[in-house]
Amino acid sequence: MQPMENIRNFCIIAHIDHGKSTLADRLLQYTNAVSERELQAQTLDDMDLERERGITIKSHAIQMNLKLDGKDYNFNLIDTPGHVDFSYEVSRSIAACEGVLLLVDATQGIQAQTISNLYLALENDLEVIPVVNKVDMPNANIEDVQDQIIDLIGCKREEILSASGKTGEGVPEIIQAIIDRIPAPSNDGGTKLKALIFDSVYNSYRGVVAYVRIVEGQISKGQKIRFMATGNDYDANEVGILKMDYEPKASIGAGDVGYIVTGIKDSKEIKVGDTITLATDPCEARIDGFEDVKPMVFAGLYPIDTDDYEDLRESLEKLQLNDASLTFEPETSLALGFGFRCGFLGLLHLEIVQERLEREFDMSVITTVPNVSYYAFTTRGEKILVNNPSDLPEGTNLDYVEEPLIGAQIITKPEYIGPIMNLCIEKRGRLQGQTYLTTERVEMSFELPLAEIVFDFYDRLKSISRGYASFDYQLGGYSRGDLVKLDILLNGEKVDALSSLIHRSKAYEFGKKLCAKLKELVPRQQFVIAIQAAIGAKIIARETISAMRKDVTAKCYGGDITRKRKLLEKQKKGKKKMRQVGRVEVPQKAFMAVLKLNE
Amino acid sequence: MVLSLLKDFYDYFVAQDLFTKVNKKQRRLAGIYIHIPFCKQACHYCNFHFSTIMKGRSEMIEAIVLESRQRSDYLVGDEVETIYFGGGSPSLLDKEEIEQILAALTEQFQVNGLAEITLEANPDDLDPEKLQMLKEAGVNRLSIGVQSFREEDLRLMNRAHNSEQAHSCLENAKLAGFENITMDLIYGIPGLCNQDWRDNLERFFAFDIPHLSAYALTVEPKTALAHFIKTGSYAAPDEVQTAEQFEILSALCTERGYEHYEISNLALPGWRSSHNGNYWKGVKYLGLGPSAHSFDGRNLRRWNVANNAKYVKALRSGENYFESERLSTEDRINEYLMTGLRTEAGCDLDWIEGEFGLQLRQQLIKAASPYLETGKLMVKKNALKLSLQGKLVSDRIISDLFIV
Repeated sequence: MQPMENIRNFCIIAHIDHGKSTLADRLLQYTNAVSERELQAQTLDDMDLERERGITIKSHAIQMNLKLDGKDYNFNLIDTPGHVDFSYEVSRSIAACEGVLLLVDATQGIQAQTISNLYLALENDLEVIPVVNKVDMPNANIEDVQDQIIDLIGCKREEILSASGKTGEGVPEIIQAIIDRIPAPSNDGGTKLKALIFDSVYNSYRGVVAYVRIVEGQISKGQKIRFMATGNDYDANEVGILKMDYEPKASIGAGDVGYIVTGIKDSKEIKVGDTITLATDPCEARIDGFEDVKPMVFAGLYPIDTDDYEDLRESLEKLQLNDASLTFEPETSLALGFGFRCGFLGLLHLEIVQERLEREFDMSVITTVPNVSYYAFTTRGEKILVNNPSDLPEGTNLDYVEEPLIGAQIITKPEYIGPIMNLCIEKRGRLQGQTYLTTERVEMSFELPLAEIVFDFYDRLKSISRGYASFDYQLGGYSRGDLVKLDILLNGEKVDALSSLIHRSKAYEFGKKLCAKLKELVPRQQFVIAIQAAIGAKIIARETISAMRKDVTAKCYGGDITRKRKLLEKQKKGKKKMRQVGRVEVPQKAFMAVLKLNE
Repeated sequence: MVLSLLKDFYDYFVAQDLFTKVNKKQRRLAGIYIHIPFCKQACHYCNFHFSTIMKGRSEMIEAIVLESRQRSDYLVGDEVETIYFGGGSPSLLDKEEIEQILAALTEQFQVNGLAEITLEANPDDLDPEKLQMLKEAGVNRLSIGVQSFREEDLRLMNRAHNSEQAHSCLENAKLAGFENITMDLIYGIPGLCNQDWRDNLERFFAFDIPHLSAYALTVEPKTALAHFIKTGSYAAPDEVQTAEQFEILSALCTERGYEHYEISNLALPGWRSSHNGNYWKGVKYLGLGPSAHSFDGRNLRRWNVANNAKYVKALRSGENYFESERLSTEDRINEYLMTGLRTEAGCDLDWIEGEFGLQLRQQLIKAASPYLETGKLMVKKNALKLSLQGKLVSDRIISDLFIV
């Protein structure tokens, strides 16, 4: 085992697109952790989805070894996700490190997400090495970005490194700084095993593999271990360190980062942030900071073919094996049949789950309008959790509804304060404070209903600020709101999957827009279709789809037959995927219409 | 006159499918399609394969002749009853070129002496000399692309001819002794009101021509028309008006004794198109020339490359120039539904049961039931047929009946 003074554990904090994965690739290359052959862009991002989207969804870890000045160093790099949906995973990765590379894009400066993660790192007493990245870009604004960093963490200008993930410039300096400035892990004197789970992945051969940082003591293959939050005991079938692949070891000790295979098949049994100890000789206290991650956004997922319900359940179960933050329970919809109400960390998480179902399980699903969790209070004084608008108590039984709030921080340039203020007010936000971080950067704090940022907030924020606004939030409490249930009717039949809870002040415009969008998305049929939006019995908007008068091919001769047959077959296949609401056939994309209201 | 009588007799045979019945043991029927991929100018709505560059015409004819030789075994044991020059603009061909092709066909295949030989012609090509020449070359049926008698429609569609030529070519064709004539008309053109359409049909009736192909203007993707509509230069065809004009077409023609025997085809008794009729009956056909399709009458379809230069080069060098597909049972059922339902005869349920089983018959009736209830489909003498209102939405109905 490596002496502790030669170990460095660090992670990289960066805003999305600031070049974190590329720089990580450079570090791997420099330390020969990957061969040229193995190196592909974003080496650490295993999932195709991650590479395509250029984002990190799951955390990853890798050990690099380097001989320098006669010493054999072990660097454990813990890669972290950069999206706001996954901030809990980031916090656990940070807790597993002693140091952090604060990576800031020289062309864009510091963003809100970076700051909140940086505060996390400072709270955990991590050594921060600021690095200005992309210094080779013609529009790099190195000095300004250095100023921002100095303002933020109070370091000296000469402590800030410059680098380019693209050219590899600055990489040796970064390595040297990691050795010199990041402290080696320290053992608080404890000898009993205490290991932090900062991530877990599902492997179809090994089951769930826990990625851990050993804080105290050591763990050897074959020992009986206990997960302190769940209280369950397991055997450590295999322990080892993380290289490009798993590298089994007889044991791993304090200060090190590695993995433990326990044969657990269900990822719900392993909770990120939990503490592992020895069942036979447990440590006293858990490592602080453990949270049970709760989903923020809910949506119904339904199989396109109703016969695939069981397959969908199986796919979700498998997906949950390596995505413990995904929750689901069965529900039924009149329009869509049997499906599941699923909980997600955010909309990106929802999209990712949807895409993974499609790619990894060949399972196409219809997703209903996403919503947040509400509390409904009945006139009889009951408090009901509402994760689906259809569960809202009807009529006179309902007393009032409470909705979740968030505290949001937005960092931008002063010239965008006005438009951002307007956006947040439109979204029912309340300004809580405004602070100039530098003359060119201002931080605005708002209290906003969570439901308002679920749809089209982030995109609009980006567009009104030309990309110069970053956004971060924390859940706040619940607050009573004037919320109504808006229903959509097709030829008089309520489409439960399209119901939504919405603030009364916005219901009319929303209903109108939704009807208009549905008119675009529902194909014409051989009869007239009325699309209506209603609050209770009151119709507040209407659109009409005229009947299809003509649908006939002009020419059908020798050369037309194959093409025409394939076209009509395609139509029939498309029709099979549609859902029947009364006589009306509704394509699946119509159920997601709400998300596309402004397109 | 004698020819006309013979023609009547022959058409009667075709209509009753007597040839198939008589010849079942000896010879099967077959047709040959020749694609002439050249046009003087591009019509705005057309998405067929053509080139407006005439260079390489003789090479093209040679390549087509070459293809007919290479594929001489395709129709072994079959009697060619119909030959069809389509395009493109086959009326650009001169006498030698037509004779060259027909000679090659007669040499390679068993061509019936009474074969229907159709040539598609543009009005502006049909002067008296040309018509005489076509007659001498052996063409006995003309399909004339009149499209409209109205100047504004012709301009909108970028046709090469004008209204005057639309009239005179028909006169000339009759004077030249052509009796078996069909012409194309297009309806649903933006700006063509229902009365204009009735006037166009009246002018057609005035010429006493026995066959009409009437097509709803279709905006095919990647055509000039699609572009003009997208950019707002032209109005899109109005669906309601197009539907009304289809109804007018059927009513007026039926009044005049024409049979609406396929969605886009109407003929006086005895004057149906044998060649096109065979496409819908699943008869075997050989297609020659770039983009031409062939069908073996059972389950093999193939189509040539839709590129003049590639086609000529491949034929010369012996490279592959076609793609093919083998039809599954489902494909065959779907094709039968698609082509059969468009015709007056409809789809023979007994034949379906015999060929594909009782279960399929029942399945089809079940899928058809919503349309049977609304009268868009009907069952008459064990044949599933579209009513006039059904024809208007036939694509949807056919697609709903498909087995996928």
